[in-house]
Amino acid sequence: MTTANITHPRPAAPPPSAEQVVIPVTGMTCAACQGRVQRTLSKTPGVVDASVNLMMGNATIAYDASAITPDALVERIRATGYGAELPRADRTAFEEQAARDAATAEEFRELRAKAWASAIAGVLAMLLSMPLMGAMDAGHHGPVADPFMGWAMEHMTPGLRSALPWLYAIPASVLSWGLLLVTLGVMTWAGRHFYTRAWAAFRHHSADMNTLVAVGTGAAFVYSVVATVAPSFFVRHGVAPDVYYEAVIIIIALILTGNAFEARAKRETSTALRALANLQPKTARVLRDEAEQDVPVDSVRADDMILVRPGERVPVDGEIVSGESAVDESMLTGESLPVTKRTGDRVIGGTINRTGAFRYRATTLGETSVLAQIVKLMRDAQGSRAPIQRLADRISAIFVPVVVSLAVATFAAWFVAVHATGGGVGEATVRAFAAAVAVLIIACPCAMGLAVPTAVMVSTGKGAELGVLIKGGEALQRAGDITTVVLDKTGTVTEGRPTVTDVEVVQGSPMASDALLSLVASLETMSEHPLADALVRHARGRGLTVETPEAFASYTGRGATGVVLGRALAVGNEALLQDFAVDVSPLRAVAHRLADEGKTAMYVAVDGALVGVVAVADPIRATSRAAIQRMQRLGLDVVMLTGDNQRTADAVARDAGIGRAVAGVLPAGKVAEIERLQARGRVVAMVGDGINDAPALAKADIGIAMGSGTDIAVEAADIALMRGDLASVVDAIRLSRRTMRTMKQNLFWAFAYNVVGIPVAAGLLFPITGLLLSPILASAAMAFSSVSVVMNSLRLRRFAATTA
Amino acid sequence: MFASLGGIDWLVIAGAGTTILWVNWYFFAAERAPATAAIGSAGHTQEVTVPVHGGYTPSAIRVKAGAPVRLLFDRQETSSCSEEVVFADFGIRTYLPAHETTAVTVTPAKPGVYEFTCGMSMLRGKLIAE
Repeated sequence: MTTANITHPRPAAPPPSAEQVVIPVTGMTCAACQGRVQRTLSKTPGVVDASVNLMMGNATIAYDASAITPDALVERIRATGYGAELPRADRTAFEEQAARDAATAEEFRELRAKAWASAIAGVLAMLLSMPLMGAMDAGHHGPVADPFMGWAMEHMTPGLRSALPWLYAIPASVLSWGLLLVTLGVMTWAGRHFYTRAWAAFRHHSADMNTLVAVGTGAAFVYSVVATVAPSFFVRHGVAPDVYYEAVIIIIALILTGNAFEARAKRETSTALRALANLQPKTARVLRDEAEQDVPVDSVRADDMILVRPGERVPVDGEIVSGESAVDESMLTGESLPVTKRTGDRVIGGTINRTGAFRYRATTLGETSVLAQIVKLMRDAQGSRAPIQRLADRISAIFVPVVVSLAVATFAAWFVAVHATGGGVGEATVRAFAAAVAVLIIACPCAMGLAVPTAVMVSTGKGAELGVLIKGGEALQRAGDITTVVLDKTGTVTEGRPTVTDVEVVQGSPMASDALLSLVASLETMSEHPLADALVRHARGRGLTVETPEAFASYTGRGATGVVLGRALAVGNEALLQDFAVDVSPLRAVAHRLADEGKTAMYVAVDGALVGVVAVADPIRATSRAAIQRMQRLGLDVVMLTGDNQRTADAVARDAGIGRAVAGVLPAGKVAEIERLQARGRVVAMVGDGINDAPALAKADIGIAMGSGTDIAVEAADIALMRGDLASVVDAIRLSRRTMRTMKQNLFWAFAYNVVGIPVAAGLLFPITGLLLSPILASAAMAFSSVSVVMNSLRLRRFAATTA
Repeated sequence: MFASLGGIDWLVIAGAGTTILWVNWYFFAAERAPATAAIGSAGHTQEVTVPVHGGYTPSAIRVKAGAPVRLLFDRQETSSCSEEVVFADFGIRTYLPAHETTAVTVTPAKPGVYEFTCGMSMLRGKLIAE
């Protein structure tokens, strides 16, 4: 079985007053660096014990809290010339998430309030502008800047005239000035941030969405103010002194509404992460001095004895000392059935204890706990970038200045076109102006910026819910392209718990099968091979004596030899026995039969003569067959690798439904096999246990580590599975493919929206269809575009796990 | 068609052309604030405070390659645009709480230009490691 590879530094028991802190240290490249930091810390007054780990890049320090603070320790490390940062213990992954949520919630509330206020102001402004426009044009509608307003006016004026006759009695100049004040109010309160941010960006020679909104609404506002303050200036040039206050307010209202929806939807994208962070219980019931006491989880130490009752959450990671219970680990592993835990089994903090009460010893805590590592992994993954985003990034970088240029060009083109076709300077200006503002308003760089990250967030979160930890956008993207899945046999296709199935003794041999087994098991006590472990366990289980061999030698991939109780022993495959000139022909047929049944048969020779065959089988996991079938239905090529002989490998492959089994592969051969597949243009996913297969996992395009739920930190893996179940591999690949589809849809929509929207707003379709986009409709379209991208990403939350 | 263009048309065209040129010059070509050198106050540690307000000031920071660089991002706004800073080369994405200073430590191993951006790559800055 896999072993937990999360190491937990345990300094020698510090004095009772000592606190412990782990400080990440950066910039250490060699043992000398490590030594320097270590010496400095050890000499620091107040430091009880310091251990600097070069590999982990951190310093574990036990210190006297009354003599020195963690901040001072950080300063000491920095003084040596290396980077150090307090792991804002403080801002653990959990707290940072909470701080972020609070900020988003606040942003949403603020945007919502502003959107409502400006919407109300917008309706008021629309009403006030009705008589104004009517008055200006006295009967016929001249060049109305905003076709939407023109349409609204045409349809509402008669009704409004009879409903609110007094409105039409107010002098135009009073209405104009009133509108000016309302607009100014909306701009300086609700829309303030558009202008301040646009200005701040401008000073940095950069431009963003705020620039577009600010320039668009700002231009409309300035135009209107001039028309209000000095209408005679316009009249002199033959232009009606129209005002567009209502357009400014409604545009601001619509964009704020869009932003509010976007803020809420963005918050939704991290729901899964938030749910994970919330799994961490706040207190633990610790047994200290023979008494139970509830203490905050932060103050639980390694080796503390903890009590958990039915229905409670397991507070920290640990190992059961007494008691038995069914524990629901679904929130971490996606495994829907509770798992039975007995003495010696590991429990994970954050899971729910269902049936029994148990006592356990705390092991990994704080930042090294499984839950904290998952949360950290997820946060890193959600923050990572997918290569597909590069194009969007490149466009975002030049987007706004290009749109501003287009808007200016639109103005010139419209002005010249209207003027040349007999329109007055006034009409030309108004038309040109409306089109230019529409271009500025409709262009939306946000949708492009959100297209990929929101999909990565939702999908990695969904994966975590299913026990599939995808380590980033790049892994997600590559996993979507996989064509071939390479499965390591032991522990992946099979359970990885081989058991002895047959012991056959050569006919006429004086040795009984138990005596044979006893000898073989004794030899195998020296071996680290999983099969050896099965033999030893089996022999002990039968109550046989297991001796310590007097000599031992192992032959990778072939077997082992040695001396037990004075007898020379050779256990292994045909090749090994032949090297020792042992004739295996009497049992070859038996061995082949066993191999055809998917068992690993080993010949046993004692003192140079063949005595028997021992067979070990590793049962196929219950879920493997269905999962492999799913992979094949997804169009994936499935290949199994094993160190077994071809017969055994073929039998297992046949049983599991795998078309191709590569047998006799030594550990180093796995990498070569993957390279061979890659050379043939395959995109290869390697599925292994993450410890023995690390080089192969790293070599593959996507390394998938199938863990026992605790090995999530496997470096070589791009995807870590919390559950030992091939169905998770199917989930990982399906989820990746689906996410890639979502990203492509999002990017397509974001690009298409701008590519279609900008020319329409510029009036390119006007000569053909007479279609002209109102700035107000443009703002509605823009608000919708980024919300729709986020909503599309949120659809990934409905992804369902593969069921057998 | 161009024959029918009057003086005012030419004026508009010329004005638009000038504006477009200026916009592109200003956002793409204009000299940005000169690079600031981060000088370590204590030996090797290079430290520089970067106010975040609609952009990064300074947006170009000269540092020494091979030594850790500690950037103190002082986010002086609530605009969600700048809520994250991303160092793609180092795989770092850090949340910057509004009106707080957040430290990011990176070690540019080799000389070169390492860009950092906001979460949506609209705001940009760079570390020039020498």
